[in-house]
Amino acid sequence: MKSRANFLMIAASLGFAFLYLPIISLVIFSFNESKLVTVWGGFSTKWYTSLLENEALKDALVNSLIVASVSASLATVLGTIAALSLTRLGNFRGKTLLSGMVTSPMVMPDVIIGLSLLLLFVAMEGLIGWPAGRSLTTIIIAHTTFCMAYVTVVVQSRLSNMDESLQEAALDLGAKPFSLFFLITLPLIIPALVSGWLLAFTLSFDDLVIASFVAGPGNSTLPMIIFSKVRLGVSPDINALATIMISIVALGVLVAIWNISRSSKRKKV
Amino acid sequence: MGNTRVFVVGIRRLRGAKLMNTLTRPVRPSALERWWQSTVHFLRQGRHFVIAIPMTWLVLFFLIPFAVVFKISLSEKALSIPPVSSLWGWNSEDAMVTLSLYLGNYKFLWEDNLYLDAYLSSIKIAAISTVITLLVAYPIAYLIARSKKYRYVLLALVILPFWTSFLLRVYAWMGFLNKNGVINNILLSLGIIDEPLNMIGTNFAVYIGVVYTYLPFMILPLYTILEKLDESLLEASADLGAKPYETFLHVVLPLSIPGIIAGSLLVFIPVVGEFVIPTLLGGSDTLMIGRVLWDEFFTNRDWPMASAVAIVMLVFLVIPMMVLRRVQDVRQERNT
Repeated sequence: MKSRANFLMIAASLGFAFLYLPIISLVIFSFNESKLVTVWGGFSTKWYTSLLENEALKDALVNSLIVASVSASLATVLGTIAALSLTRLGNFRGKTLLSGMVTSPMVMPDVIIGLSLLLLFVAMEGLIGWPAGRSLTTIIIAHTTFCMAYVTVVVQSRLSNMDESLQEAALDLGAKPFSLFFLITLPLIIPALVSGWLLAFTLSFDDLVIASFVAGPGNSTLPMIIFSKVRLGVSPDINALATIMISIVALGVLVAIWNISRSSKRKKV
Repeated sequence: MGNTRVFVVGIRRLRGAKLMNTLTRPVRPSALERWWQSTVHFLRQGRHFVIAIPMTWLVLFFLIPFAVVFKISLSEKALSIPPVSSLWGWNSEDAMVTLSLYLGNYKFLWEDNLYLDAYLSSIKIAAISTVITLLVAYPIAYLIARSKKYRYVLLALVILPFWTSFLLRVYAWMGFLNKNGVINNILLSLGIIDEPLNMIGTNFAVYIGVVYTYLPFMILPLYTILEKLDESLLEASADLGAKPYETFLHVVLPLSIPGIIAGSLLVFIPVVGEFVIPTLLGGSDTLMIGRVLWDEFFTNRDWPMASAVAIVMLVFLVIPMMVLRRVQDVRQERNT
C-alpha cells in the first residue's frame, strides 16, 4: 500500500513539474536583460516598457477584448437557451440534432470550423450582400458559435444537478413560467452562467486559428500578432506579455478559489 | 429529464384536484390549476420559439457551412474573387442551366502521396500522443480523486494552465526545448551531454506540446469517474488477498474505461487537425493535415483543395465523434 502511494506521489509531482516548469522559466526570462531569451544577462524590465510602445499590439489587444466580451455574452445567452431547451423542455423534434450540434464544436478541429465559416460568409456575401467583407463581426459570429458549446455544457450540468423542489414550490405558489425562469431558475444558475461566460471569454481571447480564417485585413487579434512574431522564434517581449497574461489569470483563479472555499466554510457553519 | 417528471406529477395532481373539485367545489381554481393553464398556454406559444433560437443559429453557422465546404470542394480553383469556379452555369445555346461538378480535387488528394501521408501521419501522431497523455494523466487523476484534504487545490492546479493562453503555453516550450534553451543548458552544465540536443523541430517536441496542452482534457473525465469509485470495492479486493497492482488491474482500471475512452477521444479528435503545435514545435518534416489545409488556403490560395482536405478529414473523424457522443450520453443517463 505504501509503495503504491509513493509511486503515485512521485508520478503526480513529476506531472505537476511538467505542467509548471515551462511557465516558470517563461516568467523568469521575461525579466532578462539579454535579448537571447535563454541566456541570463541580468535583471531588467525593459521588455515590459517596450510592450507599451508597440502600437500594433495595443490595437490587437483592443480588438481581442471587444471580440471576446461580445462573443462571450452572446454565447452565454444562446448557450443558456440551448441548455434550457435540452434539459427543461421535454422531448421535441430535432432534440438529438440540437444536442449533437451543440457539443461537436468542442472537438471539431479549429481549421475545419475556421474554413467552413469563412466559406459560408463568402457565400452569404455573394447571395444577400451580408456580411460585407470580413470584419470584427465575422470573428464575433465565429467565436460565439464555438464558445456556445462550452457554455451549454456548463449550464446543462448545473441544471441537471439542481434541486427541483424550489421550482415546484414556486409553481405551487402560482408562478408563471416566465417569472419562474427569471425569479427562481436564473438566480440559481447564475454561478454557472458566470463560469460559462468566463470560459467563453478565455477561449475567444485565446483563439488563433478560427480568427485567422475569418478576420478581415486590419482586424488582427492579439493571438494573431503573437503568432506572427513567435513563428520566427522566441522573443523576450512575448515573454513579458505572457507573464502579464498569466498573472491576470492566476490572480482571477486565486480569487475564485478563495471565494469558493469561503462560501463552503460558511455553509458548514 | 426533470421536466417530464414535473409534468407527470402535475397531471396526477390535477386529476386529483378535479376529483376534489367535483366533491368539494372550491370557489376559485387552485394555484396548480392556474399554473397548469398558463403553462399549457406558454408552451403552445413560447416553447418552439425558445428552441428555435439556438437551433437556427447552429444550423446557420455550424451545419450549413459544411454543405458550403462540400460544394466548394467540387469546384475548381479560379482567378476570380472568391477564387473558385461556379458550379452553376448558363448554356445559352440550348438555354439550359448546367451543373458542373469537378472531382479533380479528390482525385488529386488520392493520387498525390503528400495528402495521404499527411492524413496517416496526423492519425499516428494523434494516437501516440493520446496514449502518452493517458499515461501521464492517469496517476494525476487518481491521486486527485483519492486525496481528501488537497483535492480541490490539486484540481485547481491542473485546471489553472488551461485558463492561460494555449498559444503561450506552446510558446513556453519553444524556450524550454531550444538548442540553447533551458533543458540543454541544464544537461550541458551537468555534463550529461557534450553537445546541445536538437529537440525543437522534431516530432518529439510535437508530442510534448500535445501532452502539455491537452492534459486537462484527459485528467478531468478520468477524475470524474475515479472520484465516484466506491472505496469499499478496493478494500474488498485487498481483503480477498489481491496485491495493490492486481486491485488496480482488475478493479480500478475496468471501472474507469468510460473515462479513458472519453478523455482519449477528447484529445485524439482535435489533435488530428492541430495546426499551432506542429507549426511552432515541429520541423519541416512534421507532416500534419491541419498544416496542409492551412497552407493550401493561405499560401496556395486554393480554396477548393483546402475544402476537399477538410471534407476528407471530417470523414476520418465522424466515427470517433459518434463514439464520443455515445460515451457522453451513457454518462449523462447514469447521472440522472
